[in-house]
Amino acid sequence: MKFKVLIVEDSKASREFISAAVESISGLEVISTSSGFEALKLLPRHRFDLIITDINMPDINGLELISFVKQSPHYRDTPLFIVTTEGREKDRDRGLALGAAEYLVKPFSPASLEGLVRRYLKLA
Amino acid sequence: MNQAGKALAEFVAESTEIVDVLGKELLVLDQQRGQEPDPDLLNGIFRSAHSLKGLAALFGQEGIATLAHHAEDLLDRLRLGKLSLDDGVLDMLIESLDVFQGMLAQAAREEFSPSMAMRLKELVARLDGVGSAEAAGEEDPLDRLDLEPQVRAVFTEYEEHRLRENVRRGVALWRIRAPFDLSDFDTGLTELNVRLKPLGEVVSTLPSSEPGGATGIAFDLIFGAKVSAEELEAKLQGTPAQIFALKVRPATGAAEPMGSVAPPPAKKGGAREEEASRTRASTADGQESGSRMEQALEDSRAEGGSMSDSSVVSSPHTLSEPPVRTLMLSEDGPPRGPRTEESLRSLTQTVRVDIGRLDALMNTVGELLLIKANLQRMAEAARQQQEVATAASRQYGQELARETRQLERKLDALQQGLLEARMVPVGQVFDKLARLVRRIAREEGKEIDFIISGGEVELDKLIVEELSDPLMHIIRNAIDHGVESPETRLANGKSRRARVSLRAEQKGNHVFIEVSDDGAGIDELLVREMALKRGLITEVQAREMNRRELLNLIFLPGFSTARKVSTLSGRGVGLDVVKNNIGNLSGIIDVWSERGQGTSFHLTLPVTLAIIRALLVGVSGRTYAVPLNSVLEILSVTPGDIRTVERREVLDVRGEHTLPLVRMARLFGHPERNSGRHFVVVAGLAQERLGIVVDELQGQQDIVVNSLGGRLQGVRGISGATDLGNRRTVLVLDVGALLEEAGSLDRRRA
Repeated sequence: MKFKVLIVEDSKASREFISAAVESISGLEVISTSSGFEALKLLPRHRFDLIITDINMPDINGLELISFVKQSPHYRDTPLFIVTTEGREKDRDRGLALGAAEYLVKPFSPASLEGLVRRYLKLA
Repeated sequence: MNQAGKALAEFVAESTEIVDVLGKELLVLDQQRGQEPDPDLLNGIFRSAHSLKGLAALFGQEGIATLAHHAEDLLDRLRLGKLSLDDGVLDMLIESLDVFQGMLAQAAREEFSPSMAMRLKELVARLDGVGSAEAAGEEDPLDRLDLEPQVRAVFTEYEEHRLRENVRRGVALWRIRAPFDLSDFDTGLTELNVRLKPLGEVVSTLPSSEPGGATGIAFDLIFGAKVSAEELEAKLQGTPAQIFALKVRPATGAAEPMGSVAPPPAKKGGAREEEASRTRASTADGQESGSRMEQALEDSRAEGGSMSDSSVVSSPHTLSEPPVRTLMLSEDGPPRGPRTEESLRSLTQTVRVDIGRLDALMNTVGELLLIKANLQRMAEAARQQQEVATAASRQYGQELARETRQLERKLDALQQGLLEARMVPVGQVFDKLARLVRRIAREEGKEIDFIISGGEVELDKLIVEELSDPLMHIIRNAIDHGVESPETRLANGKSRRARVSLRAEQKGNHVFIEVSDDGAGIDELLVREMALKRGLITEVQAREMNRRELLNLIFLPGFSTARKVSTLSGRGVGLDVVKNNIGNLSGIIDVWSERGQGTSFHLTLPVTLAIIRALLVGVSGRTYAVPLNSVLEILSVTPGDIRTVERREVLDVRGEHTLPLVRMARLFGHPERNSGRHFVVVAGLAQERLGIVVDELQGQQDIVVNSLGGRLQGVRGISGATDLGNRRTVLVLDVGALLEEAGSLDRRRA
């Protein structure tokens, strides 16, 4: 069975960058969206094995999404990565406190993201 | 395109979009100068800088990432209330925008010039130099708010700041809980937000899975209301929302912490009234008010900020007018803030398409039109062969004709749709120009009201792109040379502030753009003197020229070589380049000027270049197409009207001016007909005019111009060929080349 990864990021170019890095691992299916609202709708429709989210988004912020996921009995065990920009340590710390598993600070290399994804999905 | 090139193009496209949005937002901020900035607007600008930073970092664009980082830093302090917005800060932000654009343009060419690096370094140093004073660490007002820690934990730093501001100002805070169905919660939530927006500030939107179930989702909105509980409840009638008051403990210690950093007053409504009454109360006590004022002044000095924080009751800074004001005139009333619910929606519904793809589609439509024409011909043929045709084939012919007409209508719609897809508002360029005006005016020490109108008028994307350079030239000239210094203006009995206006208007298939100023105007006698001195015209020509013709000399190449021509009140700088640019767009340029009153340039441009409307003319039994964009008027003349000046045929038009003529038959080596009457097609491009003599007029038609291949490519005076649908291919005149030919003949004689 394929692993499913949800990517939530409002910048198209960033979203494609992250998707490309994740998709380079074979056996993964990526579903990506530009909005937090859309992410909330996607959650019950798929069984995601991993969620990668940005913090700064126009509708709901990434922290709110993390809090929602971590409080829900259905999704709370799904590992969640935060993608942040340098200089926003406070928001990053809050994300980790809310239960995010990892954080990536832009710019990051596709390889570092790939490594983290493999580790959490227990792929060789 | 290879993978790396594609990624770069994607980066440049998205960054350009962000920078454009940033530009618009800064312009709105600029217009609100002297007022307390709208928190949503500031946050939007911060978000734009933030997105740009992340994007640039991801794609290894260090220069852009660095500047975005420092600009974001400054904006972060602004939105968190740690820094107040003054003219200096705003100018720096606007300057950052210019540097972003410069770096982006270079990034697209995979460059980064040393001069750009210098500019970046210098700007970054200044951005960082802006005062940074942390708020004094008294009790955090947020601690007084009765809110579960798990709710507080999901606030971003900014949301926390907004909440803090609301508590500090004593705004009533509510938790609004609204359950929705998972399938359409976004619509419900958007509707709720639309209702709430006028009543206060939505600080945070927290999704919650309880009471939920599989198909439900609830949201907790933290809301700062500037209306009473009753009013809030009434406004929420009919929504699933329930409201709960959030308790705030009174502040410990003395009065409101009015001290170190004065809180900005609320945007409008209740909170501001409270602020105002507090001010009144303290003013009654003269002594107290005076000392508080001094305190505030002291504080803002200590912060390195200016007095523009409007909570400092009245300061000379906020009252004095900025050197440049940009005023937007729009038929839809004042421009709306960029961060409304609608704009969020439209952003997600926009598709970015390479213009090349639209061109390819347009070509396909052109080919379909030819196929349709063939079908039409076949249907016609089937119907007309009455004698030999059977009843069945006649009926077949009729049906074919009917279907073809249907096809024609759909093709028209398709063509129209494609044309519309290429259209963008000309305001895209206007916004950039508004920033330029600010900069130049500042450099030149001029005071200007820059008035923009008609930004919503739409033009082909390619034309809008090509317009920015010529408009920039004209506006720069207007400010550099046209507009006088404030002192000179006052001495001449004019208002201190000059007006420069930029106006667009749609007129049928054309867009009319006017740039005008109320400056010194152009002295045509000086123009004549200069043109004679530079040998651009002969004494004889000079004597024949009327005022309008003299003014047009400023478009000649070599008219002015110096960057600044101080003896001549103004113009001439690079106007030949402007003329060429406008000519390349099949546009027409005109100048009007009155000494002492001002100058105005009129540009007439086609809405699109993808399909053009052509005038079909007959010469010695052959048909040619003349782009109608270049046709000003058509005159009917007899051979007696044409006279010869210096071995050259000309026509006097209504006694106003002398029009050089070219006979098409002679030009292309056709036998000339001796008819008693000719038609003269008066063609113009940029500011030049030429009369083209033809035998007959055959009508108008929309055409797609195809370029000529091989040996035909170099034929002068022909820009391409087009198919008229009935398998007749005709040549399309290159009006620009004809004008150039005529012009060079003139100069050779001069």
